[in-house]
Amino acid sequence: MMKFLSRHRHATQKVGFALITLIAFATVLPIIGTVIFILVQGGSAISWEFLTGFPRDGMRGGGILPAIVGTLYLTLGVAAFSVPLGIAAAIYLAEYAKDNRATRLIRLAIVNLAGIPSVVYGLFGLGLFVVFLRLGSSILAASLTLSIMTLPVIISATEEALRSVPQSFRTVSISLGATRWQTIRKVILKEALPGILTGVILGLERAAGETAPILFTGAAFFLPRLPHSPFDATMALPYHLFVISTQVPNMPIQIQYGTALVLLVFVLTMNVIATVIRSRARAKRQW
Amino acid sequence: MKIQINNLSIQYSDGTESLRGISMGVRPNAVTVLFGPAGGGKSTLLRCLNRLNDLAEVKTASGQILIDGENILDPKTDVIALRRKVGMVFARPVPLPMSIRQNVTYGLELAGEKRRAKLDEAVERSLKLAAIWDEVKERLDDPAAALSGGQQQRVCLARALALQPEIILLDEPTSGLDPISTGKVEAALQELKKEYTVILVPQSVQQAARTADYAAFFLQGELIEYDEGAKLFTAPKEKKTEDYIMGRFG
Repeated sequence: MMKFLSRHRHATQKVGFALITLIAFATVLPIIGTVIFILVQGGSAISWEFLTGFPRDGMRGGGILPAIVGTLYLTLGVAAFSVPLGIAAAIYLAEYAKDNRATRLIRLAIVNLAGIPSVVYGLFGLGLFVVFLRLGSSILAASLTLSIMTLPVIISATEEALRSVPQSFRTVSISLGATRWQTIRKVILKEALPGILTGVILGLERAAGETAPILFTGAAFFLPRLPHSPFDATMALPYHLFVISTQVPNMPIQIQYGTALVLLVFVLTMNVIATVIRSRARAKRQW
Repeated sequence: MKIQINNLSIQYSDGTESLRGISMGVRPNAVTVLFGPAGGGKSTLLRCLNRLNDLAEVKTASGQILIDGENILDPKTDVIALRRKVGMVFARPVPLPMSIRQNVTYGLELAGEKRRAKLDEAVERSLKLAAIWDEVKERLDDPAAALSGGQQQRVCLARALALQPEIILLDEPTSGLDPISTGKVEAALQELKKEYTVILVPQSVQQAARTADYAAFFLQGELIEYDEGAKLFTAPKEKKTEDYIMGRFG
């Protein structure tokens, strides 16, 4: 009886492990499937002209340069606002803030900020930046809107990276006559940098792929030229994709998938960079 | 007396380790050992001497610590200057994530020393004092973390010495080290006391007896007995001290 039971349990365990393994591998399928599908469908659209040309024939032909450049500008704009602010906020939270009600309120706000649907950010940006601050539908307004959305990602990742630096480094540095700020600058930030960069890139990557927040704040349906200043509206890859997939009749399918492919490559490249930074830092770490 | 402690009492907010009414003087050019069972207040006292316990949540603190006649517990004390004057070595070697050389010059550069010659001189002088120079002189630009534990600890000692402090605090500096490395650190201490005031929390009673010119026995936040090491370890006056030295508790 015992023997039978144990064999029975053994078999159950085997089946269980097999199922879990299967599920784990199944999570890889959608991403591989998506990439291959888009590659096959859109690969043929990619050409020099597609990447460097302007849209023609009501966007049914030509290139997507304004959308590529627009997304680049928006990403840089987001970086300019959210990186300094996010890192500063994280340094305050991780290194200076005492655990009191005010700090808990800030944390609660950050967590909830991360949970707000992106279209709500879009409406908020429209109200605050476009209308109230009179920035108009512009790169500036769109970047600011995307920045608010990106901030919680950068703050959380940076705070996590700062906290993972051993406390003993701080104690030792202080004991050698360093101020808190010197300790942060010379030791803590240096050690936390890979973690911070990973968080920053993942945050920017999300911003680069968003459509809803820029919908009302800076995205242009079509522009025959590149934006001249931060106060210009701009085309952007995600919004352009939305437009040519839903708003333009008789759209050649390769252009849609070609655009999706460019956006995907843009975002995945950032992802790969983040991964490389992280694994390199891990190999170099000495504690 | 280099240091005079008057009626010092400390209590942490979380109710842990505290000191009650400690009074003692610490002589220059000698090794003073603070020993006793864990939780007796030895580390707390060390961390008062360079105000490192500013980082902890202290509930109440009273009394005085006079170093060269100045009360360093005074809120107006320049703690940065104090920490340059009172160096510290910790229980576990903590090399900062940089090269051996940068570890040693860290404090000096923060203090504003930029002259390369001065820094190089400090590196050689303090590494020699810490008895590690010969082992690392060929690879000063290697990461300090790549050294063995015993070597790291001596680099940490050199790092504290580079600032040319007057007082050196050592909190169980040999706790993670093998006997040979321990011997090297202890030998370095005997050299150091010629120039500095050395205060050591030893790893064991044996180490206390080996190294102490003066010894203070701490038990549950109180100073039970304080005397010359030779007297205290051979003929303690207090029953509690004797019991502890004989290994009857702790």
